[in-house]
Amino acid sequence: MARMRVRLTFPPERIQEPIIYHLVKDFDIITNIRRADVKRDHGWVALEMEADEAKLEQGIAWLKGKGVTVDPIEHDVIVP
Amino acid sequence: MEKLKGLKCRECGRAYRAAPVHVCEFCFGPLEVDYHYDALKEMVTRETIAAGPPSMWRYRALLPVDGDIAVGHHVGFTPLVAARNLAQELGVREVWVKNDSVCHPTWSFKDRVVAVALAKAKEFGFDTVACASTGNLANSVAAHAAEASLKSYIFIPADLEPGKVLATLVYNPTLVKVEGTYDEVNRLCSEIADKYRWAFVNVNFRPYYSEGSKSYGYEIVEQLGWRTPDHIVVPCAGGSLITKIWKAIKEFKMLGLIDRVTARIHAAQALGCGPIVTMIKNDTDVLVPVRPNTIAKSLAIGNPADGYYAYKTTKESGGSGEHATDAEIVEGMLLLARTEGIFTETAGGVTVAATRKLIESGAIGKRDSVVICITGNGLKTPDALYARLETHVQIRPSLSAFDRALADLKSQAVREGQG
Repeated sequence: MARMRVRLTFPPERIQEPIIYHLVKDFDIITNIRRADVKRDHGWVALEMEADEAKLEQGIAWLKGKGVTVDPIEHDVIVP
Repeated sequence: MEKLKGLKCRECGRAYRAAPVHVCEFCFGPLEVDYHYDALKEMVTRETIAAGPPSMWRYRALLPVDGDIAVGHHVGFTPLVAARNLAQELGVREVWVKNDSVCHPTWSFKDRVVAVALAKAKEFGFDTVACASTGNLANSVAAHAAEASLKSYIFIPADLEPGKVLATLVYNPTLVKVEGTYDEVNRLCSEIADKYRWAFVNVNFRPYYSEGSKSYGYEIVEQLGWRTPDHIVVPCAGGSLITKIWKAIKEFKMLGLIDRVTARIHAAQALGCGPIVTMIKNDTDVLVPVRPNTIAKSLAIGNPADGYYAYKTTKESGGSGEHATDAEIVEGMLLLARTEGIFTETAGGVTVAATRKLIESGAIGKRDSVVICITGNGLKTPDALYARLETHVQIRPSLSAFDRALADLKSQAVREGQG
């Protein structure tokens, strides 16, 4: 099992969709929301995810395809 | 009593002992160093600071290090330049340039944060340090690791131009080029930091690393004669420097080293990568990540970790923010060089240009005093200027040729003066 701490940023058009539900159901990922801020036109979730590495990668690829930004919990690790 | 209390979550306030950790295990909020300020009040006076070395370590009581300083002895205490020519050009009473373009040893303010991170890494007993960087941070980590006899790993995107890594490679780190998109490289570096128990300066050492920036703020206040200016304009990338300058000022006030705080803190960013200034202008605490597209590479962080706190700093201090276009950035670099003889990198051009706009908009008054934060050296980013600079005169090797050229120059100057 691989574990990952990520920050998901949702575009306005995805705010009302059950994105995390699909991560659990379709990719068999165990999720744990630690902190979140969801507003009318924008939202982010600090999320812990645990699953087989391949499932995690598939889930992240699916999130990106949905237009959700997936960052490490540290945000930008690469610094100029 | 010890000065260091430990670490504290900036979101939920949960306390942790001082260790190489950076994220709150409960809410995933960022951790910050916490001090016993009552003990510091007994230890720190203007006199004890003034008796310290001419480096950032004169403030070591206020930094999260213990014991002897193991690395970076000569970092900081850079000039605070009274910029009279620039003040005249900008039409404002008092301008100061805090000039970290000459910070020892790698010519950027990153030396301050890296010195603290590596001193702490030595204290914790690490033998390997690391960072992921495309520029100033890589230079500084590699240089300080060499000085401290630490092994260093520097991660860079594989497509980074060879010229950008020369000033890192020279210190003999292990340079790892990672193939993939920026996001992939970024995520991999986070995973590497999580797996390998190295001192990854801007990941698990981030709480200590970022405290080094406070020395920039302390120096401004001490060098101004123990007072704050009316305004400080700070370039923003990850947003840490601006929050730590504000923290430094508040600490000096809390410790009774200054009577009052007059400074309003303003953020400067490139228009091509300005998510923090966008928050300020829209007056929202929601940061929308952007894809950087600017010549100000040293500020090109599209999803800044401290963006929210940077926004809060400007709100709390009564400051604001301004964007600068690429053309304005180049004009800012040239203006600072032409008026004060200081050659800054593109980030400095952003700050000068933003200051000009803040004055034009009235956010900085004509009778006010302002400190402009210059954080890196222009010799690192010469590409930005090639298209704008040209040799004025080329002649054959004879005195008569020079006489004619000089006469032409003078008559040209007269014509331009009349025009």
